[in-house]
Amino acid sequence: MDYAASLHLTAAEIGLSVVALVLLLVTAWTGAKAVRGVTIAAVAALFGALIFSVSLPNGGVPAEAFGGLLRVDGFALFAKTLIYLATIACLIVAPRYFEGRGGYRGEYAVLLLFNAVGMGIMVSAVDLMALYVGLELSSLSSYVLASFARKDEKSSEAGLKYFILGGLASGIILYGVSLVYGFSGTTSYDGIRAAFTADFATGAMFGVVFVLAGMAFKIAAVPFHMWTPDVYEGAPTPVTAFFASAPKVAAVAMMVRMVTSPFGGQVEAWQQIVIFAALASIVVGALGAIGQQNLKRLLAYSSINNVGFILIGLAAATAAGISGVLVYLFIYVFMTIGSFVALLMLRDADGQPLATFDDISGLATRSPALAWCLLALMFSLAGIPPLFGFWGKFVVFQAAVQADMIALAAIGIAASVIGAFYYIKFVKVMFFDEAKGEAPAKAPVSHWVVLGLCVLIVSPLGYLLTPWLGTAADAAAQALFLGA
Amino acid sequence: MIQTFAFYLFAVLMIASAVMVITARNPVHSVLWLILAFFNAAGLMVLVGAEFIAMLLVIVYVGAVAVLFLFVVMMLDIDVAAMRAGFMKNFPLGIAIALILLAELVLGIGAYQAGAIDLGTAAASDAPAMVESNTAAIGALLYSKYIFLFEIAGIILLVAMIGAIVLTHRPSKSKRGQQDIGKQVRRNPDEATVMKQPEVGKGVEL
Repeated sequence: MDYAASLHLTAAEIGLSVVALVLLLVTAWTGAKAVRGVTIAAVAALFGALIFSVSLPNGGVPAEAFGGLLRVDGFALFAKTLIYLATIACLIVAPRYFEGRGGYRGEYAVLLLFNAVGMGIMVSAVDLMALYVGLELSSLSSYVLASFARKDEKSSEAGLKYFILGGLASGIILYGVSLVYGFSGTTSYDGIRAAFTADFATGAMFGVVFVLAGMAFKIAAVPFHMWTPDVYEGAPTPVTAFFASAPKVAAVAMMVRMVTSPFGGQVEAWQQIVIFAALASIVVGALGAIGQQNLKRLLAYSSINNVGFILIGLAAATAAGISGVLVYLFIYVFMTIGSFVALLMLRDADGQPLATFDDISGLATRSPALAWCLLALMFSLAGIPPLFGFWGKFVVFQAAVQADMIALAAIGIAASVIGAFYYIKFVKVMFFDEAKGEAPAKAPVSHWVVLGLCVLIVSPLGYLLTPWLGTAADAAAQALFLGA
Repeated sequence: MIQTFAFYLFAVLMIASAVMVITARNPVHSVLWLILAFFNAAGLMVLVGAEFIAMLLVIVYVGAVAVLFLFVVMMLDIDVAAMRAGFMKNFPLGIAIALILLAELVLGIGAYQAGAIDLGTAAASDAPAMVESNTAAIGALLYSKYIFLFEIAGIILLVAMIGAIVLTHRPSKSKRGQQDIGKQVRRNPDEATVMKQPEVGKGVEL
């Protein structure tokens, strides 16, 4: 094992950990005085990790670190890029939110950095043990982040719920992992694939089902979605934006690598599960959102719905399907962060969030710029053609049709029409209902910058990215099928 | 001979103390019995040659977990006696469930041994026969091949600690104000005192 090469390949994770440790000490000594500096340093570190990851010289060629624990390939780099970008966005918008509640501390940045380290490990793990430590690092810091606004009862409740159910899911994954290990005799993905190709026993099937069930929990796919609305509603809004973006990308990437590499020879063993989870997520996400009054809960159901579309690409089990998943994830991250940042900016003069449909009625007359941004984001989430969100759905459905899953694609499209109902309701309330209350308080420039960037990408201008995005996603998806 | 004797000694003591854990009236005594049970389990592990697990049992379970239990039991002031009031009443039901589980276990293992359940075969271990002690073998793997995972596990524990502190620590403020010795020593008379010469009949503005 070549330690120098391994350290070079994992330099982004190691660098982020070192920065996080230093910032932790700085926070411990200086307390509230240096939070601004700590946040800026954390953002800079994430940018550094992003640039380093993208510019790894062997970006296209898969390379293994630490004797086959982690694999740095195009797929991992694509996912990491998205994860770092999303984390940076959630770090930038956070201080202002917590300031009003007197709760912003440097540990927020430190925990996000550790979370990013964990997610980086999750997406590049090619060994069950590496996968699990990455997952736990990311999950544990997420539990703390969920209850970061500790004076807020709902935030504490969200943290506790997330902790208990997340711990249960980790246990289920571990149980599956132990079965998979028991029946294959190895924890390395390639080894498992070889062992399962030779002999796929009933017990191993149980292992696969358990692993997938635990992962479905982590990506909030139906039927393991019940925690999502409560946690998303209770957690502080910047943290919710984070949960809906970066960890979801990491968990989906982890699941994609899991089913294509160790279980890649046993497609029929997991395909039905993924198809069921995809359809159920789309339908529950679309129907569950209809009755919601609270905007954060609505977006939580919207994220469940989107996970369903992502899983349709995975269900196709082809390189084109995986490429569709990655394209969808890319667009989804910008749509989600944009929507949550917009929610973050919706606050009245006292700093109270405008949390329900009643609060935002007639927003177009009170704050036209914000309303138009939300309009673009909602239409994009609904997949209405001129906007970029349509492209994501298009590539995913195209992959499903190419894989002869026409029924799946048809049901997906039908459910996405149902889903369009509440996105359009959002727009209707903002533009056509009578204006109530005063204009929202002025939002800081950083929020506008993040929101502006997201809206720019989901706008029709985003189609300029498609050649680049398609190439990158295809290359990333091919990386997974190289060994096959 | 001596090994057989040691085995029955540890086994009997362990089962006896395990029974005492659930029957002891005083919860603190229960935890103490639990510690005894852990010690005997460690003895059994030594007998089968797994000295590393024996050490883990003593260090982790006796040293950390049981002491933690003890603190929790002593600090929370739970009326365990009241909680256990229904113990004798539900005892037959508990025994019945335990027997059913035992029967299932025996049937399952029996069927598996007889070849009725196809669980597949685990890959044969091709690891070379161990020459060094298993502590040394685990250490050699942990600090070379799995060093990265070992370090990340350390960070996970750190995150857990940060979480516990972030969520519970509040800056302490005593009602009488805080004494900052450095601040007191740094005071000098020029800044701390003001000389005034009030005129008769007029107040002083400080």
